[in-house]
Amino acid sequence: MADPIIQMKDIEKHFGSVIALAGVSVDVFAGECHCLLGDNGAGKSTFIKTMSGVHKPTAGEIIFEGKPLDFADPRDAMAAGIATVHQHLSMIPLMSVSRNFFMGNEPVKKIGPIDFFDHDYANRVTMEEMRKMGINLRGPDQAVGTLSGGERQTVAIARAVHFGAKVLILDEPTSALGVRQTANVLATIDKVRKQGIAVVFITHNVRHAMAVGDRFTVLNRGQTLGTAERGDITPEELQDMMAGGQEMVELEGSLGGTV
Amino acid sequence: MAETTQTDERIKEISPLRRALIRPELGGIVGTFAVFTLFALFAFDSGMFNSQGVMNWSIVSAQFMIIAVGACLLMISGEFDLSVGSMIGFAGMMIAVFGVVLAWPMWIAIIITFVICCALGALNGWIVVRTGLPSFIVTLAFLFILRGFTIYIPQTIERKTIIGGIRDAAEGDWLAPIFGGKIGQPVFQWLGDMGIIGVFERGSRAGQPVVDGIPMLIIWAIILIIFGHILLTRTRFGNWIFAAGGDAEAARNSGVPVNKVKVLMFMFTAFCATVFAVCQVMEFGSAGADRGLLKEFEAIIAVVIGGALLTGGYGSVIGAALGALIFGVVQQGLFFAGVESSLFRVFLGVILLFAVILNTYIRRIITGER
Repeated sequence: MADPIIQMKDIEKHFGSVIALAGVSVDVFAGECHCLLGDNGAGKSTFIKTMSGVHKPTAGEIIFEGKPLDFADPRDAMAAGIATVHQHLSMIPLMSVSRNFFMGNEPVKKIGPIDFFDHDYANRVTMEEMRKMGINLRGPDQAVGTLSGGERQTVAIARAVHFGAKVLILDEPTSALGVRQTANVLATIDKVRKQGIAVVFITHNVRHAMAVGDRFTVLNRGQTLGTAERGDITPEELQDMMAGGQEMVELEGSLGGTV
Repeated sequence: MAETTQTDERIKEISPLRRALIRPELGGIVGTFAVFTLFALFAFDSGMFNSQGVMNWSIVSAQFMIIAVGACLLMISGEFDLSVGSMIGFAGMMIAVFGVVLAWPMWIAIIITFVICCALGALNGWIVVRTGLPSFIVTLAFLFILRGFTIYIPQTIERKTIIGGIRDAAEGDWLAPIFGGKIGQPVFQWLGDMGIIGVFERGSRAGQPVVDGIPMLIIWAIILIIFGHILLTRTRFGNWIFAAGGDAEAARNSGVPVNKVKVLMFMFTAFCATVFAVCQVMEFGSAGADRGLLKEFEAIIAVVIGGALLTGGYGSVIGAALGALIFGVVQQGLFFAGVESSLFRVFLGVILLFAVILNTYIRRIITGER
């Protein structure tokens, strides 16, 4: 296998006296969907924020495309090709899909000395990219507010891909979605992965992870319990690792194995 | 512009009416049409539609338009400025202080006034973005601060609240006519000669048209509207204005310099208020401490009638301009029609309420909330 596109080595992050991450190591390869699982408070968010340049690790190093990295802020990470699609989407409901798609990266066309927003180009690219992701828009001027939650996630993912993401971090993209919409987002993740982009998929839903994941890393109380390949691990084992084993077995017993 | 793709059976065809409804200018267009129809029916012979009448409501509307353009872009970027009216009074007084009391050349007085007022706008904006306080409160403070200085300064140095003599001081200045002058006189003379518009029957100006040119105020209004409209809809900065007001956090995540956009919009609002003030003092020849009273609300009302949302992120400069036109035509039209002028306020309140309700409904359609 080729070298990983991004390596997180023994990452530690302390907030005052709280140790949020106590030495986490994860490798992510281009073209794979790497699932990062963990219960609430396991350190998932801190970990991806470290990866995307929001936090500086207290200890440990990040190696991106073979070179050690030191991001000053998230814009550096974005420029390098690490894009994050947040739980709270960076989409504005009142604005059209194409205006949202190019927000912050507007294409311009020079007419005389003035730079104008190139609406024709923006509309064309938006329609094209959305069609590739399997969403047929009524028109590029359709407001994002009229899209479903899953479609909005897809716009955000398509946008990150269009602007050259090499590592795409998805922060619980399916947590607020219905069954059908979740399926759409998972299908989108699959499409993105096939384009050779490394996808880091954060979730606490084992079934969603099993549906698209190539490898799985479980975080628990700021530590990693190792990375498993697809096929080497069952959903039940993942579930147990996330919950920290013991108590979950007891709970599941009382709930009749429905969780 | 929408190339048709395979249609999705789940998306209902939207009726053209609904499609038209979500254009922000709709309220303004319908309102303008209604207002003109009404006055054409009931006040056609009152002189409202002859050359003086048209010039009369055009000037009043243009005044509203100038401040509405600034207020509109600021509101779309998610903020308010309640200090517009005080800024108008303050700017006028600065011109008088520099140009008359200190007797500096008028062009220097005008330029320095613009610089000071834009800096004050920037200060407004800077406080808002740095503290995260609602612009409502911050600019309310400036409403009082600026008004207070506008009264204090002339009282302290001249012992009065009105400073005159601006017209004399502006005599022969190269910059002053750009705000206080008129253009198109030959065209109006020709129209008068042809008998298309009214001319003076007797006196020293016999034969000259009653309306002898287009005041620069109106030209400024038109330029600002075109500038604002193009900036908002056709540039990347316009996209940032929408984004900053739509959801500042999301915009920041996408790399939009939200704070810079907001501060610049506060400065632009102050610029528009200063344009208004300079045109006004050039026309009146004096600066008064009470000028611009309540203008901030009139600007906001025009913008809301024009379809902008009070919460930001949505609106149109053309709509705001039409809102200002409705405002001006009704205010002057009621006078021509001989209606008690206090009823204008009733009209204003009713139409404002109506516009806000309509805008809220339209927002629901756009965002698909139910």
